[in-house]
Amino acid sequence: MLEALQRTSPETQVPDDSGHFGIFGGKFVSETLMPALEELDEAWRHHLKDPDFLAELDRDLTHFVGRPSPLYFAENLTRQVGGARILLKREDLNHTGAHKINNTVGQGLLARAMGKRRVIAETGAGQHGVASATVAARLGMQCVVYMGAEDVRRQSVNVFRMKLLGAEVVSVEAGSRTLKDALNEAMRDWVTNVDDTFYILGTVAGPHPYPAMVRDFNAVVGREARAQMLAEYGRLPDALVACVGGGSNAIGLFHPFVNDCQVAMYGVEAAGRGLVGLDHAASLCAGRVGVLHGSRTYLLDDDAGQIRETHSVSAGLDYPGVGPEHAWLKDTGRAQYVGIDDREAMKAFHALTRSEGIMPALETAHAVAYGMRLAAERPRDELILINLSGRGDKDINTVAEIEGIEF
Amino acid sequence: MNSANRIDQRFRELADSGRTALIPYVTAGHPSPEASVDILHAAVAAGADLLELGMPFSDVMADGPVIQNACARALEQGMNLDRVLEMVATFRQQDAKTPIVLMGYTNPIERRGSARFAAEAAEAGVDALLIVDCPADEAEELRSDLAEHELHQIFLVAPTTTARRLERTATLAGGFVYYVSIKGVTGAASLDLDSLAPAVGRIREAMDLPVAVGFGIREPEQAAAVARCANGVVIGSALVDRLDRCCSAADAVRVTQQFLGAVRAAMDAATALDETAVNA
Repeated sequence: MLEALQRTSPETQVPDDSGHFGIFGGKFVSETLMPALEELDEAWRHHLKDPDFLAELDRDLTHFVGRPSPLYFAENLTRQVGGARILLKREDLNHTGAHKINNTVGQGLLARAMGKRRVIAETGAGQHGVASATVAARLGMQCVVYMGAEDVRRQSVNVFRMKLLGAEVVSVEAGSRTLKDALNEAMRDWVTNVDDTFYILGTVAGPHPYPAMVRDFNAVVGREARAQMLAEYGRLPDALVACVGGGSNAIGLFHPFVNDCQVAMYGVEAAGRGLVGLDHAASLCAGRVGVLHGSRTYLLDDDAGQIRETHSVSAGLDYPGVGPEHAWLKDTGRAQYVGIDDREAMKAFHALTRSEGIMPALETAHAVAYGMRLAAERPRDELILINLSGRGDKDINTVAEIEGIEF
Repeated sequence: MNSANRIDQRFRELADSGRTALIPYVTAGHPSPEASVDILHAAVAAGADLLELGMPFSDVMADGPVIQNACARALEQGMNLDRVLEMVATFRQQDAKTPIVLMGYTNPIERRGSARFAAEAAEAGVDALLIVDCPADEAEELRSDLAEHELHQIFLVAPTTTARRLERTATLAGGFVYYVSIKGVTGAASLDLDSLAPAVGRIREAMDLPVAVGFGIREPEQAAAVARCANGVVIGSALVDRLDRCCSAADAVRVTQQFLGAVRAAMDAATALDETAVNA
């Protein structure tokens, strides 16, 4: 499963040694963190070539996470949409219910290898927090998860799950009280406790080496999908579709296909209440280049350069920045980025739930919605692969609230 | 070194008179935009040698709750880069000598364009920029834009900074070096005085610049102890926290003078004591 991780292939040419994807990425952090990032980069590069480390990661992905995840033909949804065939990469079937565990298992093992006893994480929807708390429980590490107060409210089930796993959940009251503020707070913790603490960053954003490292841990999704396509369909898909908040599940799927030029890639951002106003979280579709959370990337800010508050029905996409590699894929034209609003995501949530008996996370529902749109426009012999990045159990309270249902 | 930059001049004067620089930090527009220029003048009257003026930002990742709150309050009252520069220009009408360092984060500068901002800052009377999230590794473009207008870029050095990073910083830094005395955010745990002297020594070996120490200096006594081994003492959160409770510009001026006056007196007493010891 991990052979490809060790291989130096053309798609791993970015970032460069200093962590830049073209003009994007880099290390825009306070000096206090620079040595910690250098230490992490060195440890990651070292373990990437360590057969024992990779074998243990492989074992964990198989027996703890439950990989490989199936490639599922959504026959009913395909019939309903009436166009290209829709395939789902079932990351929702992973342990803890999303792709996030691919990364936390990897970073957890790395933390242990580096001798760190305490891990911290930021979380939006709570999936990354749960995945971090899960790994910390298994490795016997202390775990603190930072979560915006608004997200604590929206994702109370996941907050309880983290606590059951033994993690401390810190509710962050600053700023917009969502993911970006949780990330700020986690960075502050890391600066303060840098000697004994490992920061398990949950997405392909942040300073180098996180965008590259988190990508490499999640690229197992794309490697599996690519092999499954060839084995089961004898060819690669015509298009890949994945939702993009910070962008880890999308990069995980896209990365091993980057050199397959015939495969189109679509990253789906949260258009919230519409891209025209300010109530969205679509930094690639409607943002501009700036510096946030340690890297140069597309982001949402005002004319004075202050980071804007964002809106999305899904907490996991409610973020004003995006991983720098997506910025690079956008500018090079290799991937296209589109927006799906709250309403259409909700419709897709119901459509997939009712047609296939698969309830997607609200984040994932954005990808499903765009995949359905794309399938409707494309001929029946085409194959569209959607990354079903997470399951929707955590979102049922939000869905009920939106639809005015009381339990 | 005969630079026309006010910071270089000021540190030459300080060296001649055997005095350690007192460098207060305040967030521009906090507690109110009306109070800021008065606070700066009050700081100088109380014995400040250089001034750090914070440019408010929405996501102050390296700052603690005190400065985070100050930035949020300033932004709510409409602070932006233009108004920060206006404050500096207004301050300069009455004070042509006290150096001013603008402290902030990368994104607002990028939005403005660093070349344009450097020109505007120099025009307003700024002497240096300290961009917290722009370490030496990412600084080349900004530094060359600043150099064109004879502005310094001030860099942070941390307890964790390696010898190799120190060397790299030395090639870019100007004015003075800001030693972050603790692992942490601004206003966090108190500094460890025992480790300070060796750390400052290490920096002085790597570069020929004055060393100012900040982060975690809260009380006049701590400032006095730091003054004995560094060229400058930065007082940030401790002052900002006091200003946060002020309800008028007059109140803010009084608090600034009182607190910085006490810090100045403690620093001067400590360095005078050292001189007496040396002379005896």
